[in-house]
Amino acid sequence: MNPTFASIAIAGPEAVLTAGSLLTLMLGSFLGGDKTLKALTWVSVLILGLAGLTLIDDPAGTQLAFGGLYVEDSFSIFLKVLILGAGAASMLLALPYLAEAKTGRFEYPVLLMLATLGMCMMVSAGDMLSLYVGLELTSLASYVLAAFHRGESKSSEAGLKYFVLGALASGILLYGITLVYGFAGTTGFGAIRDVLAGQHERSFGVLLGLVLILSGLAFKISAVPFHMWTPDVYEGAPTPVAAFFSAAPKVAAMGLMVRVLVGAFGPMAVDWQQIVFFLAVASMFVGAAGAIGQTNIKRLLAYSSIANIGFALVGLAAASQLGIEALLFYITVYVAMTLGSFMVILQLRRADGSPVELISDLSGLSKTSPGLALALTIFMFSLAGIPPLLGFWPKFAVFQAAVAAGLIPLAVIGFIASVVAAFYYLRLIKVMYFDEPGVAVSSEGGVTNGAMIAAAALFCSPIGMLAITPLVAACGRAAAALFTVGG
Amino acid sequence: MPILSIMILLPVVAALVVATLPGGDPGRARIVALVTTLVEFGLGIMLWAGFDNGGAAFQFTENLPLFAPYLSWHVGIDGIALMLIMLSVFLMPLCILASWESIQKRVPEYMAAFLIMESLMIGTFAARDIFLFYLFFEAGLIPMFLIIGIWGGARRIYASYKFFLYTLLGSVLMLVGMLYMVGQAGTTDIGALSVYDFDKGAQFWLFLAFFASFAVKMPMWPVHTWLPDAHVEAPTAGSVILAGVLLKLGGYGFVRFSLPMFPDASAQLIWLVFALSMVAVVYTSLVALVQTDMKKLIAYSSVAHMAFVTAGLFALNTQGIEGSLVMMLSHGLVSGALFLCVGVIYDRLHTREIARYGGLAVNMPKYALMFMFFTMASVGLPATSGFVAEFLVLIGLYQTSTWATLVMTTGIILGAAYMLWLYRRVVFGTAAGDDTRAMPDLSVREIAILLPIALAVLWMGIYPKSFQDPMKPAIASIVERLHGRTLATLPTDMTLVPGLPATIAPAVPEIQASH
Repeated sequence: MNPTFASIAIAGPEAVLTAGSLLTLMLGSFLGGDKTLKALTWVSVLILGLAGLTLIDDPAGTQLAFGGLYVEDSFSIFLKVLILGAGAASMLLALPYLAEAKTGRFEYPVLLMLATLGMCMMVSAGDMLSLYVGLELTSLASYVLAAFHRGESKSSEAGLKYFVLGALASGILLYGITLVYGFAGTTGFGAIRDVLAGQHERSFGVLLGLVLILSGLAFKISAVPFHMWTPDVYEGAPTPVAAFFSAAPKVAAMGLMVRVLVGAFGPMAVDWQQIVFFLAVASMFVGAAGAIGQTNIKRLLAYSSIANIGFALVGLAAASQLGIEALLFYITVYVAMTLGSFMVILQLRRADGSPVELISDLSGLSKTSPGLALALTIFMFSLAGIPPLLGFWPKFAVFQAAVAAGLIPLAVIGFIASVVAAFYYLRLIKVMYFDEPGVAVSSEGGVTNGAMIAAAALFCSPIGMLAITPLVAACGRAAAALFTVGG
Repeated sequence: MPILSIMILLPVVAALVVATLPGGDPGRARIVALVTTLVEFGLGIMLWAGFDNGGAAFQFTENLPLFAPYLSWHVGIDGIALMLIMLSVFLMPLCILASWESIQKRVPEYMAAFLIMESLMIGTFAARDIFLFYLFFEAGLIPMFLIIGIWGGARRIYASYKFFLYTLLGSVLMLVGMLYMVGQAGTTDIGALSVYDFDKGAQFWLFLAFFASFAVKMPMWPVHTWLPDAHVEAPTAGSVILAGVLLKLGGYGFVRFSLPMFPDASAQLIWLVFALSMVAVVYTSLVALVQTDMKKLIAYSSVAHMAFVTAGLFALNTQGIEGSLVMMLSHGLVSGALFLCVGVIYDRLHTREIARYGGLAVNMPKYALMFMFFTMASVGLPATSGFVAEFLVLIGLYQTSTWATLVMTTGIILGAAYMLWLYRRVVFGTAAGDDTRAMPDLSVREIAILLPIALAVLWMGIYPKSFQDPMKPAIASIVERLHGRTLATLPTDMTLVPGLPATIAPAVPEIQASH
């Protein structure tokens, strides 16, 4: 077959998503605009499903496409399934909210699909250039999504803030890429790896390039000290958008970071391990400490996502196959927990119809809507990492990898941070169960959301422990693919 | 029949039933909870009846690789676990009965929390996989947090946070230790880990990591401060479970993990445990003397009694360990009963202030009798379980450190002081007010709660052999494991001097295995 066509066939999900996003954009524009939001959302979910289907019959092993710009292996397939799932859930959970806020414009699912496309490209990147293109596609769609409530100053502010800081981070990343290109003479991950493995002495330029690339990527996963935008953007952006930000882009950026560090900079593991170590410790502690004083649920969840990224980075700091396996397991469970928490918040409305934003709005929720309170309790205990809830086991896995890699101090620090973090997760539970009902809060929203909450809660509950064996096996295969490629 | 799995899962199923009862019917919730706990007690009796004292070390074992690669569903019991499970299933129906009338708010949730608690306690004692143990051990925090936080007293939120975060912080350090051990030994099986010889240097740190967790759970001085707060704010049944079973998790952890897995470190660090125990027994007994709140007084007495448990365990000989285990069982019954006794009068007057009572012997003679019996058991009067326990602990401890024994014995004197003084102020003298004088005597339900405990205390005091025999093989294997380890040098007058004056006594005493 013609190499271009063969490449397109390998990049099945991206091809489907590209065609799908253009199609939905056309449909929306010509078939009545915003009235079609609901139908378009379902069409988009269908397209994401179709993109997922193309992953199923992929042959095992690594396939390169577009002259090495694009890689398809178990690692990218695993992450794509996760990204597509999180993307579809983000589309569906927004429907009742957008309808209520009267901002149900049809661009919403289209933008989400474009962001998802970018993320799929990120995790399949085999070259610094395709990395950058995927990252920018995701980021641009995300900036627009953050400012989706363009009538509100808070939303516009979030979009602008995200854009300015995001552009700065992209610039830093790009500068790092040019430095690496200058000193290694190539932008392909495999080629960089070979060059680095052949060097006896590390040039300062490559090291600087690595630091800059890591800084740029740390911004995207909102690791401390590049996290400042996260609470503000989460707070300002519409809640379903914040839910989306906390899930799929984190998965993609995390996957990208793993591939860049392990794939391209594998020979420099000693160098980047210390940086990741610092990012992990700083994120765990700032995430835990920063959340304590928050009164806004979205800000609280933003800090929670910072802390969780820190925990996931512990797996990367171990720089072993076991560590990457743990990281993938962590990020999978994290997506379910964080989306679940956001969905519960989205289900609730105050008496005047405004969305629930403050922690105090939840007071006495266990009496007014016991089901949602129970679900949120499961998510909170799970995020806090209390066994037997599923959220404990990914933490367990990353720290097991850290201990196996000899990073016992990191494990001790991490567990202490998790106790600090438990404090604020407990606060939500305290408000829901120990306090008397305050502001009247009613639960409404679609059946779809209810079903998704139930599924996520069941997954995070002790019953979800039965999923450990297959899930960890899949994570293990994905991590193994990365290490066999790297050799 | 997978009897242990049934015992662990049945309360969870019942909790789901209770929580989803139509309309949150409190009456039906109470009955379902009571029937379930009674069935559990019946299953417990079946366990005891089927347990072969001379048989395999671990019986009723089940092993399913359900959650590979991290852990497996591996359960089984030895005599120590059997006795502690019996204690849990015995106290549970009584807790449900004790909450029958005093809990009126959110009854189904309350019963569900207690049922889940029961399941987790049994799971903790039955777990044979180190991470399964950790799972049950930690998970117990969730229902207890909710029980204190929702149904507790005025400062319940502070108490529930303190309880949760304190014990969580202790446990996570232990988890790091567990991860290291499993990495070294390559197995999560507690049995295999118990015979694995860890490097002596590593043992030291592992011991401290586990110590951080168990010392908080125990609780040992100076990390005991969460206990009085939790007890005071918890509802009566919550206090019973806390004192009766949850405090035993620390001692159980020492017996199951610290002693057999880190024998060298245990022998080297007895000074640490003895020092903390000695401070605890004197200090908390004195603190108990000045309390004006009945529950707080009993809470501090629990800390003092638990100091006996730690001192006895780290005597590292048969009598000491056996005495500590009997002490755990005895304290579980007696302090549980004392909290129930406080609950009885609290339900009538809604205050725990000692000064608000007095003269109860006149209008509540049955209550006065019961309360006296448990006071005496707490003091350690012969023919009650407390005596057997204290006696064995002191015999064992005397062989390891006479100084520690001397200080620990003052705890018995002080214990008699604060308990008898409490009894005098509450039951004798004149009533503090008309409302105190008008309090009715024990109801049939309350007698039905207290009488079984009294009988069990007498049984354990008069014929402790029934409780000791199942535990003997397990204790023997631990002592075997400790045999020949180098003890830390302690100031003691018990250094053995050989018969011939010409030879010099060994500078470092060794542990004698006594069978």
